[in-house]
Amino acid sequence: MKTVDEINQKIVEGSASVVTAIEMKEIVQELGPEKAAKEVDVVTTGTFGAMCSSGVFFNFGHSDPPIKMQKVWLNDVEAYTGVAAVDAYLGVTQLSETLGMEYGGGHVIEDLLRGKEVELRATAYGTDCYPRKEIVTEISLEDVNQAIMVNPRNAYQRYRAATNSSERILRTYMGTLLPDFGNVTYAGVGELSPMNNDPEYRTIGVGTRIFLGGAKGYVTGEGTQHAPPFGTLMVQGNLKEMSAEYMRAATFPGYGTTLFVGMGIPIPILDADMAKATAIRDEDIETVIIDFGVPRRDRPVIRKVTYAELRSGKVEINGEEVRVSPLSSYHMARKIAEELKLMIEKGEFLLSLPVERIPTKEVFKPMRQKEIKVVKNVMSTPAITVTPDTSIADASKTLIEKGINHLPVVDSSGKLAGIVTSWDIAKAVAVGKSGRVEEIMTKKVITASPDEPVEVAARKMESKRISALPVVDARGRVIGIVSSEDLSKLLAR
Amino acid sequence: MMLELIYDSAAVKEPVLVQVALEEKVLMNIIEAEVGAREGRIVIEIDDALAENIISRFEERGVEVRRLVRGIEKSDACVDCGACISVCPVNVFYKDSDERVIAESEKCVRCRICIGVCPLKALSLPE
Repeated sequence: MKTVDEINQKIVEGSASVVTAIEMKEIVQELGPEKAAKEVDVVTTGTFGAMCSSGVFFNFGHSDPPIKMQKVWLNDVEAYTGVAAVDAYLGVTQLSETLGMEYGGGHVIEDLLRGKEVELRATAYGTDCYPRKEIVTEISLEDVNQAIMVNPRNAYQRYRAATNSSERILRTYMGTLLPDFGNVTYAGVGELSPMNNDPEYRTIGVGTRIFLGGAKGYVTGEGTQHAPPFGTLMVQGNLKEMSAEYMRAATFPGYGTTLFVGMGIPIPILDADMAKATAIRDEDIETVIIDFGVPRRDRPVIRKVTYAELRSGKVEINGEEVRVSPLSSYHMARKIAEELKLMIEKGEFLLSLPVERIPTKEVFKPMRQKEIKVVKNVMSTPAITVTPDTSIADASKTLIEKGINHLPVVDSSGKLAGIVTSWDIAKAVAVGKSGRVEEIMTKKVITASPDEPVEVAARKMESKRISALPVVDARGRVIGIVSSEDLSKLLAR
Repeated sequence: MMLELIYDSAAVKEPVLVQVALEEKVLMNIIEAEVGAREGRIVIEIDDALAENIISRFEERGVEVRRLVRGIEKSDACVDCGACISVCPVNVFYKDSDERVIAESEKCVRCRICIGVCPLKALSLPE
């Protein structure tokens, strides 16, 4: 049994034995945990992935005359100011008000790290002590008093992998998911990732000194949504000491901006149990592949999977081979583990034991909601329908008489066959067509199901630029219709 | 090899692509096709060894031909995450032993899906 003090003494003397988590797997396999614990003092880990829950607290200093910032923007990206006069928190996913997804909080942070100046713009209501009502200036990282990175949720121990059963391409925070199980994406670096190497959080806790963005930082506690074995950490560090190499702004197309955060945690090998823990392999790290094709909170689990399978580049889903993309950089994660190893070997980085442990048991609860509104609560029912052989003239009469714009077309068994809108009929009349609705109806109809949340139906209409969805039951029969007006009345309440 | 065929509407009245394919008995993959008011362009893929001859056949018929020697390219902005790997229909990307993402550019069929997927905007297609 070693202590952290003893290990630090060795680090100071330059005699500590430091290996990366990758090297440790081999050492433990060869020597066994007892001997490995004697041989090795520190195991370094690393991770480098998009960590949306990240940001920086700034203190900008006081202007003359002073201002109590009510709103503040850095390069048109708003930072949160509901704190003291010239303090603000810039989150990495906040989007530029002029450039949208092209540029966000993460990009401001990377620009500052690269030595660029950013425009600071602030507005205020003005007080006796802070009379100024607006300011526009340029600032660099050197100009601000503090730039403290405080990331509420980083270094996910493991994460759920993603796929897509739907018929369309999905743009998500898990990257681009191709239709019909076209690919799988996953985040995290498995056996190299910090918390997987200390799954009982014996050495990773409040006050643990870590490598954050090229500088020293600290774990300040459990991260938000911490739910072992999906553990997370809240961390902080001094942005002024960090390097843009380990803090890279990114945009997930169609989703938004984020920041690739580089983090490494040294694990002191106190005993054989710690040696055994750091020998963990990708084969032993399990997660699940979930289906983003279902836009609900509880997305269906497609199957269990290990990081070893994910890392192999292909997994089997429904008997077919599906290609896999990592979203975290193994190359950078390895580099961070090596860099941290070097810092410790040079005596520049000492270890610290946590002053408080973080929980090894915790659940991540869903939001408490008053109620979830679903389509069947708001749809018009029964739907007014026509059959394929209804004449265009009769369909037109129905639309006028009922004061509606959409007519689902159903076959003799009540199943959806198509849809005609008042626009289709206007077009038919304009070109002198006078046949049956079958000739002018849209056959590929976007539908809703009765138990679908209204937000999902609204998103469908928005993305397809349509204004109503026939509601069909499991057997394909039309039981109602929901229009964008029905939903906007509801959502506006 | 990929060839870009540029058709001037004034010069080309015949089904040139099919004529060349039939006469030379050459297999061609059509990778891209665009028809404009004054100009059309088709990108085809053919066996490298046949390229010289095929280029001459098109040029004789008034079609301008450009060789597209380079496919997708990766810039220094890349962080080697690998988000591009699974979306590519022809497996252009793989990771080497150093976990770096390598683009086998010559396999690229110019679909551009990887460009729209890369979180670092590190991919581009030279014209």
